[in-house]
Amino acid sequence: MTTQVQQKIRVLIAKPGLDGHDRGAKVIARAFRDAGMEVIYTGLRQTPEMIASAAIQEDVDAIGLSCLSGAHMYLFPKVIELLRERGADDIVVFGGGTIPDEDIPKLKAAGIAQVFTPGATTGEAIEFVKSNIRSK
Amino acid sequence: MIDMHEKREIERIEKEKEQWEAETLKPALKSAPERAERFTSVSMAPVERLYTPADLPNWDFLKDLGFPGEYPYTRGLHPTMYRAKLWTMRMFAGYGTAVETNRRFKYLLEQGQMGLSTAFDLPTLMGYDSDHPFSAGEVGKCGVAIDSLADMEILFDGIPLGEVTTSMTITSPAAVLWAMYVAVCEKQGVPYHRIGGTIQNDILKEYIAQKEYIYPIEPSVRLVTDTVVFGAHHLPRWNTISISGYHIREAGATALQELAFTLADGMVYVEEAIKAGLDVDAFAPRLSFFFDCHNDLFEEVAKFRAARRLWARIMRERFGAKDPRSWLLRTHAQTAGVALTAQQPYNNIARVAIQALAGVLGGTQSLHTNAMDEAMALPTEEAATIALRTQQIIAHESGVTNTVDPLAGSYYVEALTNQMEEGAWEYFRRIEELGGMIRAIEKGFPQREIADAAYAYQQAVEREEKIIVGVNRFKEEDAQQIPLLSIDRAAEQRQIERLRELRRSRDKDLVMRSLDALRQAAAGKDPWGRDLLMPKILDAVRAYATQGEIMDVFREVWGEYTEPIII
Repeated sequence: MTTQVQQKIRVLIAKPGLDGHDRGAKVIARAFRDAGMEVIYTGLRQTPEMIASAAIQEDVDAIGLSCLSGAHMYLFPKVIELLRERGADDIVVFGGGTIPDEDIPKLKAAGIAQVFTPGATTGEAIEFVKSNIRSK
Repeated sequence: MIDMHEKREIERIEKEKEQWEAETLKPALKSAPERAERFTSVSMAPVERLYTPADLPNWDFLKDLGFPGEYPYTRGLHPTMYRAKLWTMRMFAGYGTAVETNRRFKYLLEQGQMGLSTAFDLPTLMGYDSDHPFSAGEVGKCGVAIDSLADMEILFDGIPLGEVTTSMTITSPAAVLWAMYVAVCEKQGVPYHRIGGTIQNDILKEYIAQKEYIYPIEPSVRLVTDTVVFGAHHLPRWNTISISGYHIREAGATALQELAFTLADGMVYVEEAIKAGLDVDAFAPRLSFFFDCHNDLFEEVAKFRAARRLWARIMRERFGAKDPRSWLLRTHAQTAGVALTAQQPYNNIARVAIQALAGVLGGTQSLHTNAMDEAMALPTEEAATIALRTQQIIAHESGVTNTVDPLAGSYYVEALTNQMEEGAWEYFRRIEELGGMIRAIEKGFPQREIADAAYAYQQAVEREEKIIVGVNRFKEEDAQQIPLLSIDRAAEQRQIERLRELRRSRDKDLVMRSLDALRQAAAGKDPWGRDLLMPKILDAVRAYATQGEIMDVFREVWGEYTEPIII
């Protein structure tokens, strides 16, 4: 591995739960890739366990969770909980989807670093990841 | 036919246009340049400054437009259109358990809604019971949870199913939910020939866009075809497939892609039902469609008009359908959820009004208008009522319903309609080169086209080439707050408890026997023979087998689908 490759930010884009709306996840994945990051997209229908395992195995710096089914209050904190159990809480977890404003403080309290709602730009998400990942 | 006189007339217009460009346009551009170098539709298709008869070079009024209620139906399916009967105002509803949704249905009917439309939760859409581990956190969230006939009985309690028509937005388990509905009708004493409604049942668009597939493509298409055959034999008023562009569009497709991929899917279902031994005219009149209505008014109107003309030509010319009802592209429409913004949510009322107008000017047969709060949550009763009122205002106050196809003859709209049709034929050609639509989907062709379009649009928004009011222009610091519907987690628990009670109280032997019979039918080598799946599904449903149990039988026999990942 060259130094350059090691410096690339690695991000897992994941779709937890049964929700199949993958437009946002794919747009974000492509934008991150175009911004020079290493992107792993899990595909659909991932349990929180599958997402946490993939993140640890792939040694990612950040996880982006996308959910448009309304199940974010259950699924997002569950991913954080599993990462903590496995000592991987250095991974920055952010989320996006149809998420009511009133849920955002609760998600942040649960450990979700940032929540992007409809209208957020890919530029904002890229900026967030670049300035928030913890150096390893 | 284009005669010499018309040809000379067009040449004269072209010449005059050149003169206008030199003498009038050029100085105007100098003193007031245009706001952009390039103007494009919401689908990023180029839009010219001015349209004239020269943009309709081979256009033939009688051949390309004709009269409403006659082939090729460009102007509408009915000779009088909305002067005789307005479109069906059909609002999609469903959340929590059957008890809550039954209450919402009754409220909507009291408000003047004309038909029911059921939204199911994700576990139901994916063929899992509410107590399945995958269902945790999702029960009743984006629609109503239905596990068995017992829930369906509650859902339609007190609603006379011989008098209303019901649309059910369900695809992978469509056959099962349809069987439950038929079983409720049996209990209400409604004869089969009076049962009217629609199941979405368009499995191909799941692999392309909506992603609520379960099984591999071929057995899934077999199950769909089975319902088409069953409907043709027993339920003459039921629309067995609602061939849907809506989800394709919402996933990021352009208007043209939505049109082309939807009709390409439709052609697969027609081919399969013919292979199953049906005469095309025995089932084609029961195929219906479902399109999106997005913000770009004229592009959307052109899409609906082109869709009718294309389908009529395909059914008559390609499939040799003789019954004029087989040529009709009857469609439901829904305003574009993807165009709604979480910022300044009241603005969405204006967006929905424009989108709904597009559907009406396009000649839709039924319409759902989204509520202003749907970028954030399922609609509150108040928001859903405003959305219904928007349709009523268009119907009764705007005057657009007074005449048939009011935009016909607009050089712009007719040119767009022609472009849509030509563009769709071009896509059909490319799909055929790939070996047909099923092969094209396996190769990821439509998926890639859609992902590219979605990404291009997002980039245009971020470069501010596309303006979204309240999002990348005219922003407000203080967010407008509106009340949102929240679904309590207790609904999930109540649903699971009811399901457990059902599992305890039903006749277990009867359930097992009906599922075994279904398993044998599903594994049968003679897909179009006597062992039609629908009667077996009906038996299982009547025995109170759950939808998850029925869907698991097919999982065992057919396996599950894994999609190729395309970013």
